[in-house]
Amino acid sequence: MVQKRSEADVISLQLPSLPEYLGVARLTVSGVANRLGFTYDEIEDIKLAVGEACSNAVKHAYRLEEEPGLISLSFSIYPDRLVIVVTDEGKGLDREPSADQLAPLYAGRDLDEVEEGGLGLYLIHALMDEVDIRTGDGVSVSMTKYVQRDGVAGDDRTISEEEV
Amino acid sequence: MDLTMNITRNETEHLVSLSGDVDAFTGPKAKEAIMTSVETPGVAVVVVDLSQVEYMDSTGIGIFIGVMKACKQVGCDFVVQNLPSRVERLFRITGLYDLVSIRKGESE
Repeated sequence: MVQKRSEADVISLQLPSLPEYLGVARLTVSGVANRLGFTYDEIEDIKLAVGEACSNAVKHAYRLEEEPGLISLSFSIYPDRLVIVVTDEGKGLDREPSADQLAPLYAGRDLDEVEEGGLGLYLIHALMDEVDIRTGDGVSVSMTKYVQRDGVAGDDRTISEEEV
Repeated sequence: MDLTMNITRNETEHLVSLSGDVDAFTGPKAKEAIMTSVETPGVAVVVVDLSQVEYMDSTGIGIFIGVMKACKQVGCDFVVQNLPSRVERLFRITGLYDLVSIRKGESE
């Protein structure tokens, strides 16, 4: 029996907030994205964005001396898009991400002025179609990627100006 | 999902070949290996070969920026070579592509 579904299929994954499990998160999202028919490069972009979100959760959300917390991932599969939410139970962000954190490195800038970190959020914005970051008790990063068919975006898709 | 490293040394040049995934888990040992070469007396050039890298995220970008700063301090050259297309994309999006020296190999 074929049922018409409007709700998304949802896959959930919980991982200890430890760097050795980052690869597991990437492998999982790669499998889910493959299910939706994304191209190789789109899958790699999604993998990178999810890797950055999980990496941020591992690095910033918990203090090392405490018990490792959990990172929760949900993958919502819609006919035209994949929505991935990465949530941690950490201390949240002190403030909104600064403009610096959402900018690439600039050529010609003195090397001493270039920070070693902070590119993760910029990459997530650059690689995904829609990004929503909520902070409170912990941080929740929601990332959407639309499936492109015949080179045309989904019907009800609004083109974001932030798109790269 | 792991990273292996192979280091070829001669008196003035070290070649560090990375193979596998560079992320927050494997990054520290990659950085340590590259930094060891940078700090070896007499080494004028440190080359990092990326042809076998299957995944790299901003951890890798952070490592290269740190290494470039260290090289500037000790006066050695830092060069990367053989970027797979995914790594080149990461370098271009983040802007590292225009900051780092990229050696063009025979195959390019």
